[in-house]
Amino acid sequence: MNGTIQAPTIEYALLSPMLIVFGAAIIGVLIEAFAPRYLRKSIHMPLTLLALLGAFATTILGAANGLPTSASAMGAVAVDGPALFVWGIILILAFVSVLLINDDEQFVAQAAAVPGSSDEEEAVRSGYAQTEVYPLLLFAVGGMLLFSSANDLLAMFVGLEVMSLPLYLLCGLARRRRLLSQEASVKYFLLGAFSSAFFLYGMALVYGYTGTVSLRGIGDALGAGSGQETLLLIGTAMLGVGLLFKIGAAPFQAWKPDVYQGAPTAVTALMASTVLVAAFGAVLRVFWVALGGLEWNWQPVMWGIAILTMVVGAILAITQTDIKRMLAYSSVAHAGFLLTGVIATGAAAQNAKALSAILFYLAAYGFTTVGAFAVVTMVRDAGGEAGHLSRWAGLGKRSPFLAGVFAFFLLAFAGIPLTSGFFGKYAVFAAAVSGGAVPLVVVGVVSSAIAAFFYVRVIVLMFFNDPAADGPSIAVPTVGTSAVVALAAAATVVLGVFPQPVLDLADQAASALFIR
Amino acid sequence: MQSPVEIFQHSGGVIGVSWLMIALPLLGAAVLLLGGRRTDRWGHLLGVVMSLAAFVVAVAAFVELLGLPAGERRQAVGLYEFIPGVADMGLLIDPLSISFALLITGVGSLIHIYSIGYMSHDPDRRRFFSYLNLFVAAMLLLVLSDNYLGLFVGWEGVGLASYLLIGFWQFKPTAATAAKKAFIVNRVGDFGLLIALFTIWSVFGSFAYKNLGAGAVQDAMAGGSLSQGTVTAIGLLLLLGACGKSAQLPLQSWLLDAMEGPTPVSALIHAATMVTAGVYLVVRSGAFFEAAPTAQLVVTIVGVATLLAGAIIGCAKDDIKKGLAGSTMSQIGYMMLGAGLGPVGYAFAIAHLITHGFFKANMFLGAGSVMHAMNDEVNMRRYGGLFAVMKITAVTFFIGYLAIIGFPLLSGYYTKEGIIETAMEHNEILGWLAVLGAGLTGFYMSRMVFMTFFGKRRWADDAHPHESPSVMTVPLVLLSIGSIGLGAYLILGNRFMKFLAPAVGLPAELPEPHIFGVGTVGLATLALVAIGAAFAWFRYGAAEVPEVAPRGSFLTVFARRDLYGDALNEALFMRPGQWLTRIAVFFDNRGIDGLVNGLAAGIGGTSGRVRRIQTGYVRSYALSILFGAAVVVGALLYVGTM
Repeated sequence: MNGTIQAPTIEYALLSPMLIVFGAAIIGVLIEAFAPRYLRKSIHMPLTLLALLGAFATTILGAANGLPTSASAMGAVAVDGPALFVWGIILILAFVSVLLINDDEQFVAQAAAVPGSSDEEEAVRSGYAQTEVYPLLLFAVGGMLLFSSANDLLAMFVGLEVMSLPLYLLCGLARRRRLLSQEASVKYFLLGAFSSAFFLYGMALVYGYTGTVSLRGIGDALGAGSGQETLLLIGTAMLGVGLLFKIGAAPFQAWKPDVYQGAPTAVTALMASTVLVAAFGAVLRVFWVALGGLEWNWQPVMWGIAILTMVVGAILAITQTDIKRMLAYSSVAHAGFLLTGVIATGAAAQNAKALSAILFYLAAYGFTTVGAFAVVTMVRDAGGEAGHLSRWAGLGKRSPFLAGVFAFFLLAFAGIPLTSGFFGKYAVFAAAVSGGAVPLVVVGVVSSAIAAFFYVRVIVLMFFNDPAADGPSIAVPTVGTSAVVALAAAATVVLGVFPQPVLDLADQAASALFIR
Repeated sequence: MQSPVEIFQHSGGVIGVSWLMIALPLLGAAVLLLGGRRTDRWGHLLGVVMSLAAFVVAVAAFVELLGLPAGERRQAVGLYEFIPGVADMGLLIDPLSISFALLITGVGSLIHIYSIGYMSHDPDRRRFFSYLNLFVAAMLLLVLSDNYLGLFVGWEGVGLASYLLIGFWQFKPTAATAAKKAFIVNRVGDFGLLIALFTIWSVFGSFAYKNLGAGAVQDAMAGGSLSQGTVTAIGLLLLLGACGKSAQLPLQSWLLDAMEGPTPVSALIHAATMVTAGVYLVVRSGAFFEAAPTAQLVVTIVGVATLLAGAIIGCAKDDIKKGLAGSTMSQIGYMMLGAGLGPVGYAFAIAHLITHGFFKANMFLGAGSVMHAMNDEVNMRRYGGLFAVMKITAVTFFIGYLAIIGFPLLSGYYTKEGIIETAMEHNEILGWLAVLGAGLTGFYMSRMVFMTFFGKRRWADDAHPHESPSVMTVPLVLLSIGSIGLGAYLILGNRFMKFLAPAVGLPAELPEPHIFGVGTVGLATLALVAIGAAFAWFRYGAAEVPEVAPRGSFLTVFARRDLYGDALNEALFMRPGQWLTRIAVFFDNRGIDGLVNGLAAGIGGTSGRVRRIQTGYVRSYALSILFGAAVVVGALLYVGTM
């Protein structure tokens, strides 16, 4: 302490996925600043895809080189098995979403133009495109990587915000129904800021009790056990609220349908898949690593939240008439199913089982979700995407292939055997049963049954109802969109018929649990 | 008595890649279905190639299996873990499964080739071939799987393929109805199979054959975890499944209607392979049946009852395909009878299954060739004298005919005779009824041959019969060669029984088959067959056959109406079922609907009410978050104080 500042040690190789994504995002900003307008998209596209690919490759390299046994970057980031698995999923799903985003029809020509004004017409006519989408996406992905692997609460908060801020913007960029989109963006921002405040306040209270923000430090301090329990409990609750907001657990789910509906569908696909993955990474870290010693306190509350989330998601989805809102509520229900895995803690082996189940579920659900939203982007009528369910009637007669694929995704959401959804649910529920949460699984199965109702209703609508006379047309998909649908369908089939390699991978990633 | 040998884990070699047998036809089906009209031009060729490729793999695996010592001829090939801790996907290559695989791919390929000609005028020929490939893949999965779960997947897969192919000409209402009927009747059997599998799982905790051998069953019974009642129940439920798939009494009614499908389908699925899956199931589950003599007895009774019923139905049908279908029922009845008689019976049952696969496919394709020539006429009363115009078809059909009636030295003679002799040793009543069935076979098959190929020409005015193209006649010739020599090859010297022994066990005393036996039973059988054939000659060969069927005696009408099977089903199940549904609807509307609708309305209403909370105002959302946070904090504090 002689007035010199010690340079922090950074494990560049281990952290390279994050660094690559952030680096590419910054280059993207520079491109926006310096490259001529007509060139931007053709630079952004390959840059973004390459960055995600490169990050994925270094993630795999990291996993192949053996896992470190202690946290990196002065204890701020934990690059452990679960982190690498979650990174892998996030990067693949983001890569797939970029292929969807590469469809100009989705995005507004000029975000600043007032909807319906002559400025907007002008912007459309001159072929502007809001190419900031790409760097924004990269920042969001980088934030997710940090959020899901942060080993102290401050880094986690930074990750949370870096992930969220670009997403707020992306939500407001839909080309059609712009007012709805902007409304979604503002709502998401306000509520997101609100929930971040909860997270921050919870962090402060926990710091007050433990004197540290490091997850490991908090865990150790709990073991010491002294002082103001109340402070700690309130802090735990507040942290929980901030995180549960992000995964859309009830009663913090209100934003999900509005935002999912308003955002450009490609962005919804990104959010619905990757944010859920990243947020579950963070939830597990906070509740298992930092607050593991407190599990007798938070588990009962989490029970209630999981039950409420499953039931609310399943029941509210029934009366939805918009396909994207329905999928949003389905995502709420799935968050509830995943929470049953979070609760299923016990001995180390039990924890590893639950963790591996959650990881598999996230991979399976992520792919199916991206695929389902990709199909949604293709069913269009004059005003853009045909969101209302009645417009989907008889789709199976007009384009049986597309409707068949969508029906398959819905069956996967419902968890029918031979789809990935079945093994995801099976694994999570099996882990919950062996963790002693049988009543929770009963609720889970009942809500699955309720949920199956509205999934199947859409299938019935598509295949057994007559098409509307002026029904929506099916957009000729771009190469990217068809690739996304094909990839998602393939992943859903393969994980449903031949899940073993991925299950093994998840087992491996989960075997050593989190490093502290 | 020698037990089946242990199952070894295999790796490498052709057996190691035997999954290709399933994968190749499946790939063919996928390409043809997904490729759509683009594959129309070459789709049928791809279908044939895939089927032939599967045949080549089957032959190579067979050769490799023969290279192993007899004690090691049960090789399990692990593929992957299907449901962790519950079931692994894997194949079992043993003499039993490889015999089926050779039959399915061999006869299947010939029928694929034949179909190129038969379906040449159909605009949907490609779709037809994709279903055929799908069928081959599913059927191979059924017989090759090393566990009951995989068998069940294949079981349902062939059911699906059968449904699709019976209803292939879905524009014909009769075809659509027949497809539905087959599906629904099979559902009854499948239900039995499912419950049997559940029971097996709950007792043994495994679906794998290697954990369900005779030893395991005896241990479980000795250990008290499996009671005599349960094992009998398992046997009977498996039998129910077998009855559905193999059209045995009382689930036989769908098979005759299934003839609405294109003739190659009738030959492949509803004669040679799929309908024999029930026999496979019973033989494969030998460990359970041998521990449950009651169930075994029921198997033999069902077999005998069906072999008589099928033969009686066959006597009265004027539709050539329905006549053959009745005969199929009857022949599977023989196999079922054999399957209920333990290891000696198993060998004869499977041998009869294989030879039957040849001669019945041969005759079905022959019938198809005749129909092809006669503008799709199926009424034998409008045939006659076809021998002169289509010699190859006629001769090959005649060989199949001699084989099925058990003409000495031909295939059917050895295999059927074996079943009858074994049954006779077991129970004389069953044995003599089986002999009676053979006599009836002699009658109805001769009737079919005389009405079709001999006698006066009773053709429709616009019929110009001609021999079929060689793509159709070559398979006929190949199949008829199998119909001639295969039986003698398999049975003499107990060749097949010894080959099959590693899979199903070998009896302590081997039978002594002769080239031409002159026992009492054998002579009686031959005499009855000769009387039947002579009677048929007298009625349909020498005498005029009226073009419109006479009203006939009570017995004829009885047979013509499928022994009132459908009437019985209607009276026993359909009408009471309809009444039941009506009563149920009545109560449903009054009572249960109140409850259920109340529940649904409750959920819907809750949904609607809660939905109102979703106002869209960000302030109320924030309030709900605040409220939720307060509840979470309160709950945590409450839990913390406890």
